[in-house]
Amino acid sequence: MSKKVSRRKFLTYMLGGTAGFLGAGLLFPMVRFAVDPVMKKGGGVGFVDVGMRVSEITDRPKAVQFKVHRKDGWYQPEEGELLTAWVMKDEKGQVVALSPVCKHLGCTVNWDSNPQFKNQFFCPCHFGRYYKDGTNVPGTPPSKPLDKYQIKIENDRLLIGPVNKA
Amino acid sequence: MLRAIYDWVDERLDITPIWRDVADHEVPEHVNPAHHFSAFIYCFGGLTFFVVVIQILSGMFLALYYVPDIVNAHPSVSYLQNELAMGAIVRGMHHWGASVAIVMLFLHTLRVFFTGSYKHPREFNWIVGMLIFLVMIGLGFTGYLLPWDNKAYFATKVGVEIAASVPFVGKYIATFLQGGDIVGAVTLERFFALHVFFLPALLFMLLAVHFILIRRQGISGPL
Repeated sequence: MSKKVSRRKFLTYMLGGTAGFLGAGLLFPMVRFAVDPVMKKGGGVGFVDVGMRVSEITDRPKAVQFKVHRKDGWYQPEEGELLTAWVMKDEKGQVVALSPVCKHLGCTVNWDSNPQFKNQFFCPCHFGRYYKDGTNVPGTPPSKPLDKYQIKIENDRLLIGPVNKA
Repeated sequence: MLRAIYDWVDERLDITPIWRDVADHEVPEHVNPAHHFSAFIYCFGGLTFFVVVIQILSGMFLALYYVPDIVNAHPSVSYLQNELAMGAIVRGMHHWGASVAIVMLFLHTLRVFFTGSYKHPREFNWIVGMLIFLVMIGLGFTGYLLPWDNKAYFATKVGVEIAASVPFVGKYIATFLQGGDIVGAVTLERFFALHVFFLPALLFMLLAVHFILIRRQGISGPL
Protein backbone atom coordinates (compact mmCIF):
# COMPACT_ATOMS: atom_id res chain seq x y z
CA MET A 1 0.00 0.00 0.00
CA SER A 2 3.03 2.27 0.13
CA LYS A 3 3.12 2.65 -3.63
CA LYS A 4 2.23 6.19 -4.51
CA VAL A 5 0.00 6.95 -7.44
CA SER A 6 1.78 9.48 -9.58
CA ARG A 7 -0.05 12.52 -10.89
CA ARG A 8 0.27 11.19 -14.45
CA LYS A 9 -1.14 7.80 -13.45
CA PHE A 10 -4.03 9.42 -11.57
CA LEU A 11 -4.96 11.51 -14.58
CA THR A 12 -4.70 8.51 -16.88
CA TYR A 13 -7.05 6.54 -14.63
CA MET A 14 -9.53 9.44 -14.43
CA LEU A 15 -9.47 9.91 -18.18
CA GLY A 16 -9.84 6.18 -18.80
CA GLY A 17 -12.63 5.91 -16.24
CA THR A 18 -14.55 8.81 -17.73
CA ALA A 19 -14.14 7.48 -21.27
CA GLY A 20 -15.23 4.04 -20.10
CA PHE A 21 -18.29 5.48 -18.36
CA LEU A 22 -19.31 7.44 -21.44
CA GLY A 23 -18.68 4.48 -23.72
CA ALA A 24 -20.71 2.18 -21.49
CA GLY A 25 -23.56 4.69 -21.37
CA LEU A 26 -23.51 4.75 -25.15
CA LEU A 27 -23.28 1.01 -25.68
CA PHE A 28 -25.58 -0.22 -22.92
CA PRO A 29 -28.89 0.75 -24.59
CA MET A 30 -27.80 -0.72 -27.91
CA VAL A 31 -26.64 -4.02 -26.44
CA ARG A 32 -29.73 -4.29 -24.24
CA PHE A 33 -31.83 -3.62 -27.37
CA ALA A 34 -29.99 -6.35 -29.28
CA VAL A 35 -30.31 -9.01 -26.57
CA ASP A 36 -33.96 -8.25 -25.77
CA PRO A 37 -35.26 -11.45 -27.44
CA VAL A 38 -33.06 -13.44 -25.05
CA MET A 39 -34.43 -11.63 -21.99
CA LYS A 40 -38.07 -12.00 -23.02
CA LYS A 41 -40.21 -15.01 -22.25
CA GLY A 42 -41.62 -16.56 -25.38
CA GLY A 43 -45.38 -16.22 -25.69
CA GLY A 44 -46.88 -19.66 -25.17
CA VAL A 45 -49.49 -21.18 -27.42
CA GLY A 46 -52.77 -22.34 -25.95
CA PHE A 47 -54.83 -25.48 -26.58
CA VAL A 48 -56.45 -25.76 -29.99
CA ASP A 49 -59.41 -27.90 -30.98
CA VAL A 50 -58.04 -29.87 -33.92
CA GLY A 51 -61.47 -30.95 -35.11
CA MET A 52 -61.04 -34.64 -34.44
CA ARG A 53 -63.19 -37.02 -32.37
CA VAL A 54 -61.27 -39.20 -29.94
CA SER A 55 -63.33 -42.18 -31.08
CA GLU A 56 -61.92 -41.71 -34.60
CA ILE A 57 -58.35 -42.13 -33.41
CA THR A 58 -56.88 -45.53 -34.22
CA ASP A 59 -53.60 -47.14 -33.28
CA ARG A 60 -52.16 -46.05 -36.61
CA PRO A 61 -50.44 -42.61 -36.50
CA LYS A 62 -52.40 -40.02 -38.42
CA ALA A 63 -51.08 -36.58 -39.36
CA VAL A 64 -53.34 -33.91 -37.87
CA GLN A 65 -52.87 -30.30 -38.93
CA PHE A 66 -53.95 -27.44 -36.74
CA LYS A 67 -53.37 -23.71 -36.54
CA VAL A 68 -51.86 -21.76 -33.67
CA HIS A 69 -51.60 -18.01 -33.33
CA ARG A 70 -48.13 -16.94 -32.43
CA LYS A 71 -46.53 -13.52 -32.65
CA ASP A 72 -43.29 -13.48 -34.65
CA GLY A 73 -41.84 -10.05 -33.92
CA TRP A 74 -44.05 -7.61 -35.82
CA TYR A 75 -45.54 -10.41 -37.91
CA GLN A 76 -48.65 -12.33 -36.97
CA PRO A 77 -50.40 -14.03 -39.88
CA GLU A 78 -54.15 -13.75 -39.48
CA GLU A 79 -54.76 -17.30 -40.62
CA GLY A 80 -52.26 -18.57 -38.01
CA GLU A 81 -49.29 -20.87 -38.26
CA LEU A 82 -49.83 -24.44 -39.45
CA LEU A 83 -48.49 -27.18 -37.18
CA THR A 84 -48.65 -30.96 -37.50
CA ALA A 85 -49.09 -33.68 -34.89
CA TRP A 86 -48.97 -37.44 -35.35
CA VAL A 87 -51.98 -38.67 -33.39
CA MET A 88 -52.64 -42.28 -32.39
CA LYS A 89 -53.74 -44.48 -29.49
CA ASP A 90 -51.04 -46.44 -27.72
CA GLU A 91 -51.47 -50.09 -26.64
CA LYS A 92 -53.18 -48.95 -23.42
CA GLY A 93 -55.72 -46.96 -25.45
CA GLN A 94 -54.29 -43.59 -24.37
CA VAL A 95 -54.20 -40.83 -26.98
CA VAL A 96 -50.70 -39.71 -27.96
CA ALA A 97 -49.81 -36.70 -30.13
CA LEU A 98 -46.21 -36.76 -31.31
CA SER A 99 -44.31 -33.74 -32.58
CA PRO A 100 -42.97 -34.24 -36.12
CA VAL A 101 -39.72 -32.42 -35.32
CA CYS A 102 -36.75 -34.77 -35.49
CA LYS A 103 -34.66 -34.79 -32.32
CA HIS A 104 -31.45 -35.00 -34.33
CA LEU A 105 -31.37 -31.58 -36.03
CA GLY A 106 -34.96 -30.44 -36.33
CA CYS A 107 -36.10 -31.68 -39.75
CA THR A 108 -39.61 -33.09 -40.17
CA VAL A 109 -40.34 -36.78 -39.76
CA ASN A 110 -43.03 -38.72 -41.59
CA TRP A 111 -44.81 -41.96 -40.75
CA ASP A 112 -44.16 -44.91 -43.02
CA SER A 113 -42.66 -42.69 -45.71
CA ASN A 114 -39.67 -44.87 -46.61
CA PRO A 115 -40.51 -48.28 -48.10
CA GLN A 116 -37.31 -49.65 -46.54
CA PHE A 117 -38.53 -48.87 -43.03
CA LYS A 118 -42.15 -49.94 -42.72
CA ASN A 119 -44.12 -48.72 -39.74
CA GLN A 120 -41.52 -46.29 -38.52
CA PHE A 121 -41.18 -42.53 -38.42
CA PHE A 122 -38.49 -41.58 -40.91
CA CYS A 123 -36.52 -38.35 -41.22
CA PRO A 124 -35.19 -37.70 -44.75
CA CYS A 125 -32.35 -35.39 -43.71
CA HIS A 126 -30.02 -37.90 -42.05
CA PHE A 127 -32.15 -41.06 -42.05
CA GLY A 128 -33.17 -40.78 -38.41
CA ARG A 129 -35.84 -43.32 -37.44
CA TYR A 130 -38.33 -43.79 -34.60
CA TYR A 131 -40.63 -46.62 -33.60
CA LYS A 132 -44.36 -46.08 -33.51
CA ASP A 133 -44.34 -44.87 -29.92
CA GLY A 134 -41.76 -42.23 -30.81
CA THR A 135 -38.74 -44.01 -29.34
CA ASN A 136 -35.64 -43.43 -31.44
CA VAL A 137 -34.25 -46.47 -33.23
CA PRO A 138 -30.78 -47.14 -31.77
CA GLY A 139 -27.97 -46.67 -34.26
CA THR A 140 -29.75 -43.87 -36.17
CA PRO A 141 -28.83 -40.19 -35.65
CA PRO A 142 -31.47 -39.10 -33.09
CA SER A 143 -30.50 -39.66 -29.47
CA LYS A 144 -33.91 -38.94 -27.91
CA PRO A 145 -37.52 -39.98 -28.56
CA LEU A 146 -39.88 -37.62 -30.38
CA ASP A 147 -41.48 -34.89 -28.22
CA LYS A 148 -45.13 -35.23 -27.22
CA TYR A 149 -47.71 -32.47 -27.42
CA GLN A 150 -49.77 -31.79 -24.31
CA ILE A 151 -53.30 -32.93 -25.01
CA LYS A 152 -56.74 -32.43 -23.48
CA ILE A 153 -59.92 -34.30 -24.22
CA GLU A 154 -63.21 -32.46 -23.84
CA ASN A 155 -66.53 -34.04 -24.87
CA ASP A 156 -64.80 -36.57 -27.11
CA ARG A 157 -62.91 -33.81 -28.90
CA LEU A 158 -59.12 -33.66 -29.05
CA LEU A 159 -57.35 -30.45 -28.05
CA ILE A 160 -53.64 -30.06 -28.67
CA GLY A 161 -51.45 -27.67 -26.67
CA PRO A 162 -47.77 -26.83 -26.44
CA VAL A 163 -45.03 -29.41 -26.83
CA ASN A 164 -43.89 -31.03 -23.60
CA LYS A 165 -40.25 -30.06 -23.40
CA ALA A 166 -38.34 -33.12 -22.26
CA MET B 1 -1.25 -7.03 -16.62
CA LEU B 2 -2.45 -4.79 -19.49
CA ARG B 3 1.08 -3.51 -19.84
CA ALA B 4 2.35 -7.09 -20.14
CA ILE B 5 -0.19 -7.91 -22.87
CA TYR B 6 0.70 -4.74 -24.72
CA ASP B 7 4.43 -5.49 -24.49
CA TRP B 8 3.83 -9.05 -25.68
CA VAL B 9 2.00 -7.84 -28.79
CA ASP B 10 4.35 -4.90 -29.34
CA GLU B 11 7.41 -7.13 -29.23
CA ARG B 12 6.01 -9.21 -32.08
CA LEU B 13 4.12 -6.66 -34.20
CA ASP B 14 5.90 -3.39 -33.35
CA ILE B 15 2.60 -1.52 -32.93
CA THR B 16 3.93 1.50 -31.02
CA PRO B 17 4.94 3.45 -34.15
CA ILE B 18 1.46 2.87 -35.63
CA TRP B 19 -0.50 4.28 -32.73
CA ARG B 20 2.05 7.07 -32.20
CA ASP B 21 1.41 8.04 -35.81
CA VAL B 22 -2.33 8.14 -35.18
CA ALA B 23 -2.56 9.61 -31.70
CA ASP B 24 0.71 11.32 -30.82
CA HIS B 25 0.70 14.69 -32.51
CA GLU B 26 1.13 18.28 -31.53
CA VAL B 27 -1.92 20.34 -30.63
CA PRO B 28 -0.94 23.99 -31.18
CA GLU B 29 -1.69 26.49 -28.45
CA HIS B 30 -4.27 28.39 -30.50
CA VAL B 31 -6.52 25.33 -30.79
CA ASN B 32 -6.22 24.29 -27.13
CA PRO B 33 -9.18 25.49 -25.03
CA ALA B 34 -6.96 25.28 -21.93
CA HIS B 35 -5.03 28.28 -23.28
CA HIS B 36 -7.77 30.22 -25.01
CA PHE B 37 -11.31 29.21 -24.17
CA SER B 38 -12.58 30.42 -27.54
CA ALA B 39 -10.56 27.61 -29.10
CA PHE B 40 -13.53 25.31 -28.40
CA ILE B 41 -14.67 26.16 -31.92
CA TYR B 42 -11.96 23.77 -33.12
CA CYS B 43 -13.85 20.87 -31.52
CA PHE B 44 -16.71 20.74 -34.01
CA GLY B 45 -14.91 18.54 -36.56
CA GLY B 46 -14.12 15.97 -33.89
CA LEU B 47 -17.66 16.22 -32.53
CA THR B 48 -19.07 15.59 -36.01
CA PHE B 49 -16.96 12.45 -36.25
CA PHE B 50 -18.06 11.37 -32.77
CA VAL B 51 -21.73 11.74 -33.74
CA VAL B 52 -21.08 9.85 -36.98
CA VAL B 53 -19.66 6.98 -34.91
CA ILE B 54 -22.85 6.99 -32.82
CA GLN B 55 -24.91 6.97 -36.03
CA ILE B 56 -22.98 3.99 -37.38
CA LEU B 57 -23.35 2.04 -34.12
CA SER B 58 -27.03 2.81 -33.55
CA GLY B 59 -27.74 2.17 -37.25
CA MET B 60 -26.10 -1.24 -37.07
CA PHE B 61 -28.25 -2.13 -34.09
CA LEU B 62 -31.45 -0.82 -35.71
CA ALA B 63 -30.72 -3.01 -38.74
CA LEU B 64 -31.13 -6.04 -36.46
CA TYR B 65 -34.89 -5.47 -36.57
CA TYR B 66 -35.67 -3.15 -39.49
CA VAL B 67 -37.10 -4.49 -42.77
CA PRO B 68 -36.95 -2.39 -45.97
CA ASP B 69 -40.25 -3.45 -47.44
CA ILE B 70 -43.46 -1.44 -47.90
CA VAL B 71 -45.58 -3.97 -46.01
CA ASN B 72 -43.25 -4.59 -43.08
CA ALA B 73 -41.17 -1.41 -42.75
CA HIS B 74 -43.57 0.53 -40.56
CA PRO B 75 -44.64 -2.45 -38.39
CA SER B 76 -40.98 -3.36 -37.84
CA VAL B 77 -40.10 0.20 -36.80
CA SER B 78 -43.12 0.32 -34.51
CA TYR B 79 -42.12 -3.05 -33.04
CA LEU B 80 -38.50 -2.11 -32.41
CA GLN B 81 -39.49 1.22 -30.90
CA ASN B 82 -42.43 0.13 -28.72
CA GLU B 83 -41.97 -3.52 -27.87
CA LEU B 84 -38.24 -3.92 -27.36
CA ALA B 85 -36.27 -2.77 -24.33
CA MET B 86 -34.38 0.47 -25.06
CA GLY B 87 -35.94 0.58 -28.53
CA ALA B 88 -37.03 4.18 -28.14
CA ILE B 89 -33.54 5.10 -26.90
CA VAL B 90 -31.64 3.41 -29.73
CA ARG B 91 -33.98 4.76 -32.41
CA GLY B 92 -33.88 8.12 -30.65
CA MET B 93 -30.08 8.16 -30.81
CA HIS B 94 -30.24 7.59 -34.56
CA HIS B 95 -33.10 10.04 -35.08
CA TRP B 96 -31.68 12.95 -33.04
CA GLY B 97 -28.10 12.07 -33.88
CA ALA B 98 -28.90 12.62 -37.56
CA SER B 99 -29.85 16.23 -36.86
CA VAL B 100 -26.97 16.79 -34.44
CA ALA B 101 -24.51 15.46 -37.03
CA ILE B 102 -25.71 17.97 -39.61
CA VAL B 103 -25.57 20.83 -37.06
CA MET B 104 -22.02 19.90 -35.97
CA LEU B 105 -20.97 19.54 -39.58
CA PHE B 106 -22.34 22.98 -40.31
CA LEU B 107 -20.58 24.56 -37.30
CA HIS B 108 -17.34 22.87 -38.35
CA THR B 109 -17.76 24.30 -41.84
CA LEU B 110 -18.40 27.78 -40.42
CA ARG B 111 -15.26 27.54 -38.25
CA VAL B 112 -13.14 26.49 -41.23
CA PHE B 113 -14.63 29.28 -43.29
CA PHE B 114 -14.20 32.10 -40.78
CA THR B 115 -10.68 31.08 -39.75
CA GLY B 116 -9.79 30.96 -43.44
CA SER B 117 -8.50 27.43 -43.01
CA TYR B 118 -9.66 26.45 -46.50
CA LYS B 119 -6.96 28.62 -48.09
CA HIS B 120 -3.67 27.50 -49.63
CA PRO B 121 -2.47 24.77 -49.15
CA ARG B 122 -5.69 23.21 -47.85
CA GLU B 123 -8.02 23.85 -50.80
CA PHE B 124 -8.26 20.15 -51.58
CA ASN B 125 -9.40 19.28 -48.07
CA TRP B 126 -12.16 21.90 -48.33
CA ILE B 127 -13.39 20.16 -51.47
CA VAL B 128 -13.31 16.80 -49.69
CA GLY B 129 -15.22 18.38 -46.81
CA MET B 130 -17.88 19.66 -49.19
CA LEU B 131 -18.23 16.16 -50.64
CA ILE B 132 -18.64 14.81 -47.10
CA PHE B 133 -21.33 17.44 -46.57
CA LEU B 134 -23.19 16.23 -49.68
CA VAL B 135 -22.92 12.59 -48.61
CA MET B 136 -24.23 13.44 -45.13
CA ILE B 137 -27.19 15.29 -46.64
CA GLY B 138 -27.78 12.24 -48.84
CA LEU B 139 -27.69 9.99 -45.77
CA GLY B 140 -30.25 12.23 -44.10
CA PHE B 141 -32.51 12.26 -47.15
CA THR B 142 -32.42 8.50 -47.74
CA GLY B 143 -32.78 7.66 -44.04
CA TYR B 144 -35.85 9.87 -43.73
CA LEU B 145 -37.90 7.57 -45.98
CA LEU B 146 -37.13 4.35 -44.13
CA PRO B 147 -39.81 4.46 -41.35
CA TRP B 148 -42.36 4.55 -44.23
CA ASP B 149 -44.88 6.76 -42.46
CA ASN B 150 -46.76 9.74 -43.90
CA LYS B 151 -44.02 12.22 -43.09
CA ALA B 152 -41.38 10.00 -44.68
CA TYR B 153 -43.46 9.38 -47.78
CA PHE B 154 -44.35 13.00 -48.51
CA ALA B 155 -40.90 14.33 -47.62
CA THR B 156 -39.48 11.95 -50.21
CA LYS B 157 -42.12 12.96 -52.76
CA VAL B 158 -41.15 16.59 -52.24
CA GLY B 159 -37.43 15.76 -52.46
CA VAL B 160 -37.91 13.83 -55.66
CA GLU B 161 -40.01 16.65 -57.15
CA ILE B 162 -37.23 19.09 -56.35
CA ALA B 163 -34.73 16.80 -58.04
CA ALA B 164 -37.11 16.56 -61.00
CA SER B 165 -36.98 20.34 -61.43
CA VAL B 166 -33.37 20.18 -62.62
CA PRO B 167 -33.33 21.38 -66.27
CA PHE B 168 -33.20 18.70 -68.97
CA VAL B 169 -32.06 15.73 -66.80
CA GLY B 170 -34.49 16.22 -63.89
CA LYS B 171 -36.95 13.64 -65.20
CA TYR B 172 -34.22 11.01 -65.37
CA ILE B 173 -32.89 11.83 -61.90
CA ALA B 174 -36.39 11.45 -60.45
CA THR B 175 -36.95 8.11 -62.17
CA PHE B 176 -33.54 6.94 -61.01
CA LEU B 177 -34.23 7.94 -57.39
CA GLN B 178 -37.68 6.34 -57.40
CA GLY B 179 -36.58 3.28 -59.34
CA GLY B 180 -39.81 3.71 -61.30
CA ASP B 181 -42.70 6.09 -61.84
CA ILE B 182 -43.86 6.43 -58.24
CA VAL B 183 -42.43 6.58 -54.71
CA GLY B 184 -43.10 2.97 -53.79
CA ALA B 185 -41.67 -0.46 -53.10
CA VAL B 186 -38.59 -0.04 -55.29
CA THR B 187 -37.90 3.43 -53.89
CA LEU B 188 -37.87 2.17 -50.32
CA GLU B 189 -35.51 -0.67 -51.17
CA ARG B 190 -33.05 1.51 -53.06
CA PHE B 191 -33.11 4.26 -50.44
CA PHE B 192 -32.31 1.56 -47.88
CA ALA B 193 -29.41 0.26 -49.99
CA LEU B 194 -28.09 3.80 -50.50
CA HIS B 195 -28.50 4.56 -46.79
CA VAL B 196 -26.70 1.53 -45.40
CA PHE B 197 -24.27 0.45 -48.14
CA PHE B 198 -23.42 2.99 -50.84
CA LEU B 199 -23.35 6.28 -48.95
CA PRO B 200 -21.58 4.95 -45.81
CA ALA B 201 -18.91 3.35 -48.01
CA LEU B 202 -18.43 6.67 -49.78
CA LEU B 203 -18.40 8.48 -46.44
CA PHE B 204 -15.68 6.23 -45.00
CA MET B 205 -13.44 6.81 -48.01
CA LEU B 206 -13.93 10.56 -47.89
CA LEU B 207 -13.35 10.65 -44.11
CA ALA B 208 -10.12 8.69 -44.55
CA VAL B 209 -8.89 11.23 -47.12
CA HIS B 210 -10.06 14.12 -44.90
CA PHE B 211 -8.11 12.81 -41.89
CA ILE B 212 -5.00 11.83 -43.82
CA LEU B 213 -4.87 15.31 -45.34
CA ILE B 214 -5.27 17.09 -42.01
CA ARG B 215 -2.42 15.00 -40.57
CA ARG B 216 -0.25 15.69 -43.59
CA GLN B 217 -0.88 19.41 -43.67
CA GLY B 218 -1.34 20.07 -39.98
CA ILE B 219 -3.84 22.41 -38.32
CA SER B 220 -3.93 25.86 -39.89
CA GLY B 221 -2.20 28.69 -38.02
CA PRO B 222 -3.78 31.26 -35.67
CA LEU B 223 -5.70 34.23 -37.00
